[in-house]
Amino acid sequence: MEAFTTHTGRAVPLRRSNVDTDQIIPAHWLKKVTRDGFEDGLFEAWRKDENFILNRPERQGATVLVAGPDFGTGSSREHAVWALQNYGFKAVISSRFADIFRGNSLKNGLLTVVLEQKIVEALQELTENDPQAEITVDLQTREVRAEGVTASFELDENSRWRLLNGLDDISITLQNEADIATYEAKRPSHKPQTLKV
Amino acid sequence: MGRTLAEKVWDDHVVRHAEGEPDLLFIDLHLLHEVTSPQAFDGLRKSERRVRRLDLTIATEDHNTPTLDIDKPIADPVSRAQLETLRRNCAEFGVRLHPLGDVEQGVVHVVGPQLGLTQPGTTVVCGDSHTSTHGAFGALAFGIGTSQVEHVLATQTLPMARPKTMAITVEGELPEGVTAKDLILAIIAKIGTGGGQGYILEYRGPAIEKLSMEARMTICNMSIEAGARAGMIAPDDTTFAYLKGRPHAPEGADWDAAVEYWKSLCTDEDAVFDAEVLINADELSPFVTWGTNPGQGAPLSSAVPDPASYEDPSERDAAEKALEYMGLAAGQPLRSIKVDTVFVGSCTNGRIEDLRAAAEVLKDRKISDGVRMLVVPGSARVGLQAVSEGLDLVFKEAGAEWRHAGCSMCLGMNSDQLAPGERSASTSNRNFEGRQGKGGRTHLVSPRVAAATAVLGHLASPADLSDAETRTPAGV
Repeated sequence: MEAFTTHTGRAVPLRRSNVDTDQIIPAHWLKKVTRDGFEDGLFEAWRKDENFILNRPERQGATVLVAGPDFGTGSSREHAVWALQNYGFKAVISSRFADIFRGNSLKNGLLTVVLEQKIVEALQELTENDPQAEITVDLQTREVRAEGVTASFELDENSRWRLLNGLDDISITLQNEADIATYEAKRPSHKPQTLKV
Repeated sequence: MGRTLAEKVWDDHVVRHAEGEPDLLFIDLHLLHEVTSPQAFDGLRKSERRVRRLDLTIATEDHNTPTLDIDKPIADPVSRAQLETLRRNCAEFGVRLHPLGDVEQGVVHVVGPQLGLTQPGTTVVCGDSHTSTHGAFGALAFGIGTSQVEHVLATQTLPMARPKTMAITVEGELPEGVTAKDLILAIIAKIGTGGGQGYILEYRGPAIEKLSMEARMTICNMSIEAGARAGMIAPDDTTFAYLKGRPHAPEGADWDAAVEYWKSLCTDEDAVFDAEVLINADELSPFVTWGTNPGQGAPLSSAVPDPASYEDPSERDAAEKALEYMGLAAGQPLRSIKVDTVFVGSCTNGRIEDLRAAAEVLKDRKISDGVRMLVVPGSARVGLQAVSEGLDLVFKEAGAEWRHAGCSMCLGMNSDQLAPGERSASTSNRNFEGRQGKGGRTHLVSPRVAAATAVLGHLASPADLSDAETRTPAGV
C-alpha cells in the first residue's frame, strides 16, 4: 500500500448524500480482473451530464473529494476505492462514511476523513466559490487545513500507523502465526468444513 | 456483566487481542465468488502465498452468470473471462468450486446455508456486502473488500475493531399478509441508511422468534442497507431444525456438542446494548420503496412523500433528486405507480419460501399485459425444489419467465437488466440509481407484493386482487 502522510490539492465539492458504491463505480465495471483502469467508470452515469462537477474544466486535476453524508453506502466493492484512486483522488472528506467503504479505503491508502457536517459544508462552500482553493489533509497532525478552516479529525492510532508507513496488513498478521496456529489447534470438531483435507 | 450474542461470538474468535490494536479474528467460513476474488488471488500469487485453509473456503459463480441458455458459452466475453478466471484460480489453489451448471451452484448467500455450512456461532465472510444474510443463524457474518479477501485467504483471520451493538426489538406479531421483507424495509425507513453504521444489529423479540429461517435470512440480508455490516438473530429450535441433516451439518456426538454450544448463543438478560430500537409489528402493512435508497420507503397504502416535508436539508435534497430520477410526483398514491417489469429472486428473496409466496398469489392468475416477470431461484437446488412442487408451472402459466439460478436482475452485471426509464417492482435489496441497469427505476417489494403487482400492472398487494376479474375460470 502507498503511504499517506500529508496531501495538499484542489477539491471537488460533491453536494450529494448517500452516494452509494453503484454510483461511484457501476456494476458492469466490476467484470475487470485488475486493480487499475477504473478511472473512466468513476461516477459514470453522472458524468454523462456535461455540467456534472467532475466534468468542469476548473476541477481537472483536483485530488480531494468533499462529499455529502453517508458516502460509500451499499456494495462492498473495493473497485469503488480503486476508481477514486485511479482517477487521481488522494482523500475523501465527509461527515459519515459507510463502514465497508471506509475499511477498504484505509487498506488502499485513500484517506477518508470524517469531519462535522458544518465543516464539510464550509469546505464545500469555499471550494465552490474558489475552484483554485487548496485543502491540506495532514495525517501526521490529524488536521484538515484550508483558507479559514482548521479542523482536527480522528483516526485510530493503529490505522494511522499503517497508513503513515504504507504497511501491508497480511505481513503484519503473519507475524502472529503462532497465535493463529494455537487457535486452530483448539477449534471444536463440530465446526463446519468445506473439504476434507 | 452479561454479554450480547454478538459479543459472545466475537470473543470466541479472538486469536489475538492487544491494547490499541484491532482484534485478530479467526474466520470459520470464507465464501468466494467471481467478482471480488480475482485481484485477491493475484495478490497471493505475487507474494507466493497459498490459501491457508482450503477446508474453510468455498466458491461459486453467481453475479455474472446468465439465467438462460446456461449450457451455451456465455455471450459477454468480459463476463466469460471473469468466470474463467475464477475457475483457473480455484484449480490452481485447490479451492472447492461450484460452477454454473453444477447442482450446488447459486447465489453465494443461498448456497452456504442450504449446504449447512452456515452455522450458529461461526464467523462467515465473503467479498459481498450481503454476507450479513448468514447472521440469521446466529453467525457473525459480514461483507469484506478484496484486500480483506486476500487477507483471509492467506491467514484465515481478519484484524477488526470491535463494533458496537444495537438491539432491534420487534414486539407484537406481523399481521396476516405482512412479511419479513415488509418488516426490514420498515426498519430501514425508520433508522435510515446510516442508522446501523458502526453497529452489529441483533433482531429480537416475539415477532422475530416466530419467523422461519428463510424469513430471518431476508431480515439479516438487508442489515447492510441500514448501514450495519452485520445483523444477527439468536439461534433456536427453528435454526436447529433447519440445519439437521444438511450435508455439512454436524452428526452424532458432534451434533449434540454443537447444539449444546449453540444454545448458549443468546444475549444474556443483564447484557447492555449500545443502542436500542423498538418496532411494533402489529402496526405494519406491506411496505415498498419510492426512492433511490432503501431507506426511502413507505407503506404501500400511502403516497409519494413531499420532499418539502423533510426538515433535514440533505434528506430533502436526496428526496428531490430521487423523485426526479424515479419520475414520480409528490402526493401520488404508491398504488398508482405502473411497472414494466417484476423480478422475484436474489439473496434477499430467492429462497423456496419466497417462490412459494409468489406462486400462491399467481396461481390461476395471469400477469398483466405488457408486464415482463422474471422468477429466478436463488440456487440450482431451490430451482429443483420449486420444480418438484410444480411452482415453475404456476409461474409459466401466469405468463412469467422461469429462469436458472443466479443474481440475475438484482444488479446490472449479467444480461438480465432494465432498459433506461423502465420501472420494476423487485424483491431484491437495492433501489440505487441504475442498479438494475442504466436508467432503470426500482421499487423494492416483498414476493407477495411483486406477484400482485405483476397481475395488476401497478404496485399492489394480494389484498387488492379481485377473484372475479383475474382468476381463470375453472376448466379453461
